[in-house]
Amino acid sequence: MTRAKLPPWLLLLMPAFLILAAVVLVPLLLSLYSSFTPYHLTRPETLWKINFPFNYEKALTDLGFWKAFGRTVLLLTIALNLEMLLGLGLALMVSKVQRGQRTLRTMMMFPMMFSPILVGFMFKFIFNDNVGLVNNALQSMGLASTAIPWLVDGNLALFAIICAEVWMSTSVFAILILAGLYALPQDPLEAAKVDGCTPWQSFRYVTLPFLMPFIYIAMAIRSLDVARAYDIVQVMTGGGPAKRTELLWTMIGRTGYVDARMGYANAMGYIAILLSIAFTVYFFLKLQRARRELGMED
Amino acid sequence: MAQVHLKNLVKSYGALSVVHGINLDIAEGEFVVLVGPSGCGKSTTLRMVAGLEDISGGEIVIGDRVVNDLPPRERNLAMVFQNYALYPHMTVRENLGFSLKIAKKSQGEIDAAVNEAAEILALTPLLDRKPGALSGGQRQRVAMGRAIVRHPDVFLFDEPLSNLDAKLRTQMRVEIKKLHQKVGSTVIYVTHDQIEAMTLADRIVIMRDGHIVQVGTPLEVFENPVNTFVATFIGSPPMNLLPGVAKDGQIVLADGTAIPLPPGYKLAEGRRIQLGIRADNIMPEGHALPPTAHMAHVDMKVTLSEPLGTETVVYAQLSGTEVQAKMLNPRPVQTGEVLRFAIALDKCHLFDADTGLSLKA
Repeated sequence: MTRAKLPPWLLLLMPAFLILAAVVLVPLLLSLYSSFTPYHLTRPETLWKINFPFNYEKALTDLGFWKAFGRTVLLLTIALNLEMLLGLGLALMVSKVQRGQRTLRTMMMFPMMFSPILVGFMFKFIFNDNVGLVNNALQSMGLASTAIPWLVDGNLALFAIICAEVWMSTSVFAILILAGLYALPQDPLEAAKVDGCTPWQSFRYVTLPFLMPFIYIAMAIRSLDVARAYDIVQVMTGGGPAKRTELLWTMIGRTGYVDARMGYANAMGYIAILLSIAFTVYFFLKLQRARRELGMED
Repeated sequence: MAQVHLKNLVKSYGALSVVHGINLDIAEGEFVVLVGPSGCGKSTTLRMVAGLEDISGGEIVIGDRVVNDLPPRERNLAMVFQNYALYPHMTVRENLGFSLKIAKKSQGEIDAAVNEAAEILALTPLLDRKPGALSGGQRQRVAMGRAIVRHPDVFLFDEPLSNLDAKLRTQMRVEIKKLHQKVGSTVIYVTHDQIEAMTLADRIVIMRDGHIVQVGTPLEVFENPVNTFVATFIGSPPMNLLPGVAKDGQIVLADGTAIPLPPGYKLAEGRRIQLGIRADNIMPEGHALPPTAHMAHVDMKVTLSEPLGTETVVYAQLSGTEVQAKMLNPRPVQTGEVLRFAIALDKCHLFDADTGLSLKA
């Protein structure tokens, strides 16, 4: 009796295939499939009924979904740009420090060491309208006469959330840009000085183009982070008040686990992922272009 | 175009002093080469002129302005760096025109200046390439072009050819010389290569340990070196130095070989000296050394010979010192062969054995 023998390379790769299939492929296919069904967590039999494309149509025609979508893009745009500017400034300042730079770099990374949930709680406290630090400070300095409802007013709440995001993640930009500054060749900068550049012009025409690849790498990483933003928002406002800080993933999370409408949640999830992919592709193309401009081959 | 004056120029990093009070006057349109071994302060001096290094003491005057506290952009000079220092994200055209763009010149002026510089340096076909797509020599030409377009008062060159291969270096040397003849600007050029210094300079400034050792035209420093350092630094192969003692109007070397005192020198009896002979002035007998009134002859054993085509450098032992001699109309020389060499005494130099200073009156 002969046993069919697998070729050795396949045999050796098999564990990796199996593990990947178990933890990635099967859940992915299952969730994709469930997004074609009216799957409800409390009614397992609904998993066997296909109603494609009902969930997708529903999501795409739901005003609430598009509001959350738009708000996510807004948060992403504001937070990323703010973090980039602040991170750039921070990196430029730290790079000028002569003594204690190592300590400063370490301190700069402290916010990254906190769990986003804790950051959420911290900022929820800071912006609390009764006992929060911000209102307290504003009132005792005489800048505000009444308590400002930071987490209740929709725009203010989004502002508070952006504050928390920026506080936590600016250092991602700062660290990556700092790495770029360390790698910056000094010769072209000196040439620029002799060529007549003011410090600002040197920065604008020589330093910044060189930093752009680093900035785009940070952007790509952070856009994935922010596009899936959930924890800070969930803790600070829970998407409220009255869904005015609802983001894609707080909406999807609630639909799936609170309302138990997993099929619909999965459909929205797949649409949301397209957003993440779009941003990543966008920044990756930007990165490639910036690298090509610098004469770095891909 | 402008004159440049360095007055008691000092550079120190904390307690470490690297340039010790240099004085130098450079005339309008002059090509001055600062030459010296690594660490002699020549690049630092140039960078102080450029404004890339602070001045610790003294004064730099360009034209009629003291520029000590002016940033580089207000000194109106152009610099060519050893590593080219091109802007990698700009095309050749943008690199060339960058300083004019910063100076807010009109696009028409920029184009005219860029095209003219590209024409001079044969860069026209490369104008739309990025520096990454250029060879070393082409990059170097772009770096020079970037300097020319500005019509600066002073050109500064910081070892511009040391990253090029030997053949290209010779070629670029000629181009730099032609360029200077064409534009006629004041040039300060730093190199550690004495051949570059000799071939390019109107005047050579030889530096060592942050001091100027000698200033003069290439022929002056070649023919009248002030000390053994200059004597061995300028000229290739380096001047042979033989320790000896003055005795009875002769120089007696360590092994007892006696050589007549070169004409024009008067030495106290017993004075310890070094006899300097260039390889061109010591040749095997019958090898085209122009006969003069003052010849000396020594026998030496050949240890090595380097045929160079038109001439051969012969290494031989004299009084325990290795001597390099030249042989024109070359013929094969056997190692170990003993040859009789003629020395042109009136071309020899005498230096004090202790201070190394020239004893020429």
